[in-house]
Amino acid sequence: MEWTSFDTWIVVTGALSAAACALLGNYLVLRKLSMMGDAISHAVLPGLALAFIITGSRDSLPMLVGATAIGVLTAFLVQALFRLSELEKGATMGVIFTTFFALGLILIRQAADHVDLDPSCVLYGAIELTPLDVYELMGMEIPRAALTNLGMLAVNLLFVGLFYKELKITSFDPALATTLGINATFLHYALMTLVAATTVAAFESVGSILVIAMLIVPAATAHLLTDRLGAMLVISVLIAALSALLGHLGAITVPTWFGFTDTSTAGMMGVATGLIFLVTFLLAPRYGVVSRVLRQWQLSLKIVADDVLGFLYRYEELKQPQSPPVQAGDLQKALKAGGSLWPALWQLKRRGAIRQTADDVLPTETGLAQGARLVRSHRLWESYLCDALQMCPTDVHALAHDLEHFTDASMSEALARQSGDPNIDPHERQIPPLPK
Amino acid sequence: MATPQPQRDALVQDTPLWIHDLTVAYHRKPVLWDVNLSLPEGQLVAVVGPNGAGKSTLIKAVQGLVPRASGAISVFGKPYEEQRHLVGYVPQRESVDWDFPVNALDVVTMGLYRQIGWCRPVNRRHKAQAMAALEKVGMTPYAHRQISHLSGGQQQRVFLARALVQDAQLYLMDEPFVGVDVATERAIVALLKDLKAAGKTCIVVHHDLQTVPTYFDHVVLLNMRVVEAGPTDAVFTEENLRKTYGGKLTLLSDALFEYSKNPQLPRGRKGGQP
Ligand SMILES: Nc1ncnc2c1ncn2[C@@H]1O[C@H](COP(=O)(O)OP(=O)(O)O)[C@@H](O)[C@H]1O
Ligand SMILES: [Mg+2]
Repeated sequence: MEWTSFDTWIVVTGALSAAACALLGNYLVLRKLSMMGDAISHAVLPGLALAFIITGSRDSLPMLVGATAIGVLTAFLVQALFRLSELEKGATMGVIFTTFFALGLILIRQAADHVDLDPSCVLYGAIELTPLDVYELMGMEIPRAALTNLGMLAVNLLFVGLFYKELKITSFDPALATTLGINATFLHYALMTLVAATTVAAFESVGSILVIAMLIVPAATAHLLTDRLGAMLVISVLIAALSALLGHLGAITVPTWFGFTDTSTAGMMGVATGLIFLVTFLLAPRYGVVSRVLRQWQLSLKIVADDVLGFLYRYEELKQPQSPPVQAGDLQKALKAGGSLWPALWQLKRRGAIRQTADDVLPTETGLAQGARLVRSHRLWESYLCDALQMCPTDVHALAHDLEHFTDASMSEALARQSGDPNIDPHERQIPPLPK
Repeated sequence: MATPQPQRDALVQDTPLWIHDLTVAYHRKPVLWDVNLSLPEGQLVAVVGPNGAGKSTLIKAVQGLVPRASGAISVFGKPYEEQRHLVGYVPQRESVDWDFPVNALDVVTMGLYRQIGWCRPVNRRHKAQAMAALEKVGMTPYAHRQISHLSGGQQQRVFLARALVQDAQLYLMDEPFVGVDVATERAIVALLKDLKAAGKTCIVVHHDLQTVPTYFDHVVLLNMRVVEAGPTDAVFTEENLRKTYGGKLTLLSDALFEYSKNPQLPRGRKGGQP
């Protein structure tokens, strides 16, 4: 792999445009306006084409202005159509942006007959070419695209920094914001204006498809990783920048492993951010799939372990001196626990709640006390549901059986107090006293 | 039901909330029709009516959150827009996304955003104020918890604390008792009593008819129109409830919908008078 200053500039340009998109994308995701990024980034196309046809040049400024204006118009039209038509919001966006996009394609075709403006360039961008178009700044040759995107990122940072509070409240609870005199509509359109401008600024380098990815994916990923808005903003921007780096690295290395030359950096950036999302979705500490499955599994294991202790306690209550000890096979049948009985028994042994000799399962002192506590919760629930809530005709046993696993000591005592400290449950069994 | 002019001026003087001839329609279907109300100061007022009666719409229309087709509203004698700072709003719990990345303290602090002012950051003093409000509703231990990890009752208390920090004179609460646990219900009742003792007026949309007489001084029975409004002892009668919950008014609503296609009636946003 050969790394030149070209590659550095490609990564920098990609990272800047991705970061500028990702920062605003947080608010689109949180406002459930993800489709709006899609809509605006498609709808600006006729703006680009018109600016181009009118001025006859690919100069950035008129393009930026023209496209941004159309982008904002899209946001207005979506809102207006939504209000007037009773269509759902997604449908109104779909209607408007596809129409605009088609119009843009026609206009670009027309324009392309005269000068070179390539529709595919709008879709996929031409980030590999950006280092060729440089701007002299303090003796340094900096790609124009990098400067544009840096400027856009700076504007977005300023906007988010200045209106952090206002963006937060209007995203979370626009009605409250309005009653406080914070104009949610104004902020909505300010945000849409910046989304449009950012989209246009990023177009040239990364193309419209990647713009959509960068508006949504880093923010969605960051939301899985944190519960704090500030952290979410920072993480999304870092993910965006990381995607640019990994994307370019991937573009110049991965194809060579298979004997091809390099591939599109913008495409690889999209793949990279998608992969980062996938990994996060699977492995995020709190909201990832794996940790959720693990938590679920732990919970079901706890329930089986609880049931074993409850069973052992009840057996202890009923057994005659000559009764044989409980066997693992009995537990399996009685509790219908299936395979999860074994890890549960193992866990109980480690906790010192049971002893196991051959197939016999014997409760220890601690085990019996824990069992007593569970059975107490269970029978207290039954009394409470029966007496206080008059639910006796229904199956209070099943409900109590579910509730007992989620009843801690203080709740169980509150129950006892509210049902008048009963000793006998509705099935006329002794409610065990609180173990010492 | 139109209030005569002289009386109107007398009422406008100082009642916390005065509503005259309010009509609200969604897509031309009237939801509130010709509502007239004048609510007394320093009292706990229940707004009661069946589902879809327009209770939430009434609360929202007062604050300009839904467009009114016609009617006038004043808060302590002046238009609502000039009196925002005197009004605290507790919306229905479903009205926000609880997965939003904020914690309880953040949400309560939002109640101070107007006082803090545009573009100014939240500082330690504001946080302390928010913490004090959280303490009043017994939520101190949960201040730093993300809001989706709170129970329904705790979420409701966060909303109440957010209204408390606004230090308003008039509170509008939309179904604060729905889906809350016993402890929260007690906490809310205690809070309402405190607010009343401090001379504040609370207008509370309430669904549980059983508790109306014990919790509230004043009742507004609403079903698209105001069926009856007044002190609880006088107004909260079986007969009036039957009038409110009986089927006739739904019929009226349908009839009015048909009728509203007639262009002479106020028609949604466009037909409204200023
Ligand atoms: N945004 C809306 N658009 C259209 N109809 C609505 C909207 N909000 C409420 N409605 C309708 O207005 C009526 C009154 O609603 P609402 O004020 O929420 O009733 P309540 O709070 O008394 O249950 C209902 O029939 C409801 O379907
Ligand atoms: Mg309602």
